[in-house]
Amino acid sequence: MRTWLMTTAAMALAGAAQAAVIEVAAGPNAQERAQTALIDAKPGDTVAFGAGRFEFTDGLSLDIDDVTVKGAGPDKTFLDFKGQKGGGDGLLITSDRVVVRDLAVQDTRGDGIKAKGVDQISYLNVLVEWTGGPKETNGAYGVYPVSSTNVLIDKVTVKGAADAGIYVGQSKNIVVRNSRAEFNVAGIEIENSMNADVYDNVATHNAGGILVFDLPDLPQQGGHSTRVYRNKVVDNDTKNFAPKNSTVAAVPTGTGVMIMANRNVHIFENEIDGNQSAAVMLIGYRQPIKDAKYEALPRDIVVRDNKIGRNGWAPTFVGGAELAAATGGAIAPVLWDGAETFTRAGQSVTHDVNVVLTDGPVLNLNLPTPGDLAEAKPAVTPTLAGTPVAEPKPVVLPAAQAALTP
Amino acid sequence: MRRLAAALILAASLLGAAAPAPQVDVARLLDETPAPILADYRLFADAGGRRPNAGLVPYTLNTPLFSDYAEKFRYVFAPPGTKVGYRAEGPLDFPVGSVLVKTFAYPADFRRPDEQVRFLETRLLIHRRTGWVALAYVWNDAQTEAVLKRAGTRLDVNFIDAKGQPRHVDYAVPNVNQCKECHSLDGQIAPIGPKARNLNGPFAYPGGRENQLAHWRRIGLLAGGPTKAIAARTAVWNDPREPLADRARAYLDANCAHCHNPRGMASNSGLFLELEQTDPTAQGVEKRPVAAGRGGADFAYDIAPGDPSQSILYYRMASTEPGVMMPELSRSLPHEEGLALIRDYIRSLK
Repeated sequence: MRTWLMTTAAMALAGAAQAAVIEVAAGPNAQERAQTALIDAKPGDTVAFGAGRFEFTDGLSLDIDDVTVKGAGPDKTFLDFKGQKGGGDGLLITSDRVVVRDLAVQDTRGDGIKAKGVDQISYLNVLVEWTGGPKETNGAYGVYPVSSTNVLIDKVTVKGAADAGIYVGQSKNIVVRNSRAEFNVAGIEIENSMNADVYDNVATHNAGGILVFDLPDLPQQGGHSTRVYRNKVVDNDTKNFAPKNSTVAAVPTGTGVMIMANRNVHIFENEIDGNQSAAVMLIGYRQPIKDAKYEALPRDIVVRDNKIGRNGWAPTFVGGAELAAATGGAIAPVLWDGAETFTRAGQSVTHDVNVVLTDGPVLNLNLPTPGDLAEAKPAVTPTLAGTPVAEPKPVVLPAAQAALTP
Repeated sequence: MRRLAAALILAASLLGAAAPAPQVDVARLLDETPAPILADYRLFADAGGRRPNAGLVPYTLNTPLFSDYAEKFRYVFAPPGTKVGYRAEGPLDFPVGSVLVKTFAYPADFRRPDEQVRFLETRLLIHRRTGWVALAYVWNDAQTEAVLKRAGTRLDVNFIDAKGQPRHVDYAVPNVNQCKECHSLDGQIAPIGPKARNLNGPFAYPGGRENQLAHWRRIGLLAGGPTKAIAARTAVWNDPREPLADRARAYLDANCAHCHNPRGMASNSGLFLELEQTDPTAQGVEKRPVAAGRGGADFAYDIAPGDPSQSILYYRMASTEPGVMMPELSRSLPHEEGLALIRDYIRSLK
């Protein structure tokens, strides 16, 4: 037993002193070799995929803390899941302080790179794509951190996701930057999450560019404190191809930025252009709600200083054409449903909803409750500025993670 | 009783009547480095893993996980001098050094289930000092040795099913991470099946039929808990004498709730299918999908009461397409009989 303890101690010291690089080369039997490397890695190690195409029959997974999974570049290392027979995800990460970088994940049957319930997950210089273009049968999410804390997504490209390309769900302390989402249903989506900074990204040719949502019946809800700034949200013109009852199926083709429910969201200094339904849309959750804790209305929303080009000229949502015709020919740059009352668990809930919409003109539908379009009393005003809302402080990641660069 | 048996073995060996039977190697089980071959643990008296060693107690579950129609031979072992502690909820309290042994096997023909039974893999769930660990040992074609396979593998399996039809399974042996994906509670590995309520049923022991909990208690394996048959009991999913809802909930508990519970891998879904769950929305009734993607098909709800054909839960259980099918692991075929049960159950809901 003493020998065993000493051996373990020696191994631990050695592990701390010199992290290993476990190389995985392209070639036959990639599944077992790659998965073995991901199992054998010790904290501090790097699993390095070489250049080339790796063909997998099942999902891969990593459950060791402090491991870097890297390739030779997203244009050189291709993790190909076209032949996947089982498992939903391409790569599933369930350990803390993992970095995934410099590789491409292609054609997963479910989600691309998922991280569940972890701390300090970083995606750097990664491409996730479905190579057959936008299809309802593609996987839902490209990069998919969920129920996690300290999320960094930097220089990531996602193409073809049937839900959201870059999706962060039920997480806290999030940075999404320098990334590109195209030909997805939603480009970038922050859902049921707290403290997110989404900046310097490009969201183009999706059905909707950037979404900030909050949904009921989930372990973490009450999303708040998100800043969406300096992004290019342009030409989101791919017809919505989501399964028709999914939440994102309700995102009108040609939407720039959409806020649903959620609180304290600041949209500023973005370039929003070429989105045929609307530049910015603020709406309440319009399905029946049984969840007694859920807040269905967007509250404390700031839309300011965006460079808003031509948007809203041919809205694709029901009643959109009539609405455009009645309000000057196009949907105004900022559309708010105006609802201040909703019903949950049989109770009517009313909030004095505060919005600070200094970009405009603003089209306020003045709906009595979310989704009640028949009762709309549309009114266009140059702006709609309520009480100023303090901007959340910049998201600060732990030092080691903040030091990572793509 | 166990002590008595041990004493008898000891006495026999002292008398030189027979060489002492090698006992289960508890130290090997507890070693942080897993044994490369199954035989090293001496869990079985024969090389082929067909005859359990002394101390291994066979058990079954009222309602098990469906695994592509594989037969499962389950054993529990607790080190001599220790007992399993009763827990009314969750898995029983297995002492350190315990091991749960499960061999997955297919008879060549399910109409003659006891003949030509091919062992595929034997999975161990070992309770080490540092927690539970899950390992899979894959049997060779000669059925003489099972070797540790940490990265998983796929095996071709052909069999004749109970209706006489030839079937093929692209059988997946899970890798150690996949073991944990199901056997995970708050990120730690834990047993799933051996809960008091799911063990609360009869087993045909060599000495006769007996309730498993009563048997475990009688042989000194189980301590504590109610002695009468008042303990909670998981319904037997395919016993038509039991209420439909109880059977369906038991089936969902065994096949889904290891992930779909508030502490499991699918906690983020908000769909919670454990038997203890009381919130209908959390159970899926008129619950909208969140991250289902194409798994949601075009349906609005996980369970549309009265309408299985519009229920995501049923759709995903019936699918064999990766990314759609549920559970994600453990099956590649649809479970026709289980599906029929869930179909009837959803139809019965209003």
